[in-house]
Amino acid sequence: MSSTDGPTAGERFLNGILPENPVYRSLLGMCPVLAVTAGMKPAMTMAGAVLFVLVMANIIISLIRNLLQAHLRILVFTLTIAAFVTIIDRFLAAFMYSMSKELGPYIPLIIVNCIIISRCEVCSSKQRVFTAIADAVGVSLGFALALASIATVRELLGSGTWFGLPILSALGWKGWAVMILPPGAFLALGVLLGGVNWYGQRKKTPSTEVAKG
Amino acid sequence: MEYVAQLILLVLSTALIHNYVLYYFVGICPFLGVSKRVDMAFGMGMAVTFVVTIASLLAWLFTYYVIRPGAPLATWVWVTAGGNPATVIDLSVLSYLIYIFVIASSVQFVEMYVRKFFPPLYKSFGIFLPLITTNCAILFACLEIMKNVSGVPAAEVWGVDKALVLALAAGLGFTIAIVLMAGIREELELADVPKALRGAAITLVVAGLMALAFMGFAGVDTGLAKVMIGH
Repeated sequence: MSSTDGPTAGERFLNGILPENPVYRSLLGMCPVLAVTAGMKPAMTMAGAVLFVLVMANIIISLIRNLLQAHLRILVFTLTIAAFVTIIDRFLAAFMYSMSKELGPYIPLIIVNCIIISRCEVCSSKQRVFTAIADAVGVSLGFALALASIATVRELLGSGTWFGLPILSALGWKGWAVMILPPGAFLALGVLLGGVNWYGQRKKTPSTEVAKG
Repeated sequence: MEYVAQLILLVLSTALIHNYVLYYFVGICPFLGVSKRVDMAFGMGMAVTFVVTIASLLAWLFTYYVIRPGAPLATWVWVTAGGNPATVIDLSVLSYLIYIFVIASSVQFVEMYVRKFFPPLYKSFGIFLPLITTNCAILFACLEIMKNVSGVPAAEVWGVDKALVLALAAGLGFTIAIVLMAGIREELELADVPKALRGAAITLVVAGLMALAFMGFAGVDTGLAKVMIGH
């Protein structure tokens, strides 16, 4: 298994942020994207937790990549991820108790988050540790960006605040309660995804527009 | 009577009011991915119901006998190994590792078993089984059971009956949501959707409207509880 093939660390890093954004481009890890984006604070805590788990899991998988058996690799991935999720879960319960209560089951659900398993499969089980770390940080930043965009829309429209600071509510905004309820999550993500697609299609040459999609 | 009423309320709450897909957002990946045709969606729903029931049964057994503070099996091993009987054994920190291991291995075994002994059944939903290992809904059901078994007062600890009812209701709720979505998407094929919204985007918007409709069930359980139990 040569470590020189495949994209370099820099390419992996940049790819994760926008071109292969895990949420908007690959539609991975939708549960936390919908569930914790009612406000910026829980969204950013979730992004931090995913960053930690993804970086640590990528490091470990990359280090043991030559020992992995093809038919057992998914099990090894999930068990590695579960160990680090337990660490971050205990950490949040110890130092950020109210946030840990608010995120509830969505922290343990990071274990089955497709983003992390797909990064283990695509990158860290094939490439060197440094590349794997760059990839993990890039993808986590892309994930954080996506969470932030959805949480901004939902928190501003839903409660008129941003990170708990009054922005729209200072101007007399009443807040659309539906945006912080489950339907608002689906609607906000659907419309934002449509916006991203629209922007992507517009950037391409008009010739693609003629072709029937 | 009160026991039956409690179970009915649990089913209602899990399948409709707090629907796994539309309220807790777990199981979104198959909900978006396998909801193009009604028959496929129904197969996926059945597969999830099947796996979530088995995983919940195992999760309840492990939580009750091994993981929870003072669990009988863990304590017995500790005492047999020469530990101090007064110590309370609490393996909660290992719960996630145990659950994910239980889910992954049970899915593997179920797949092998169904393929060997029930080929028609395997044809109808076997292809979905490996996908379900990483389905959040299964782990979420296990966590829900853990919440009601480990660290609650002794009188409120869930028995295996409630765990199974929860699992079946969760599978039922998932099936209802994904089949409804597939029905809508089949009609949507004929609609003139703006190009940017085609695919996942319009599905999410439709899911939002469905979630809005399911919010109408909120409060049904408290009303029904008043009628059936009287409080």
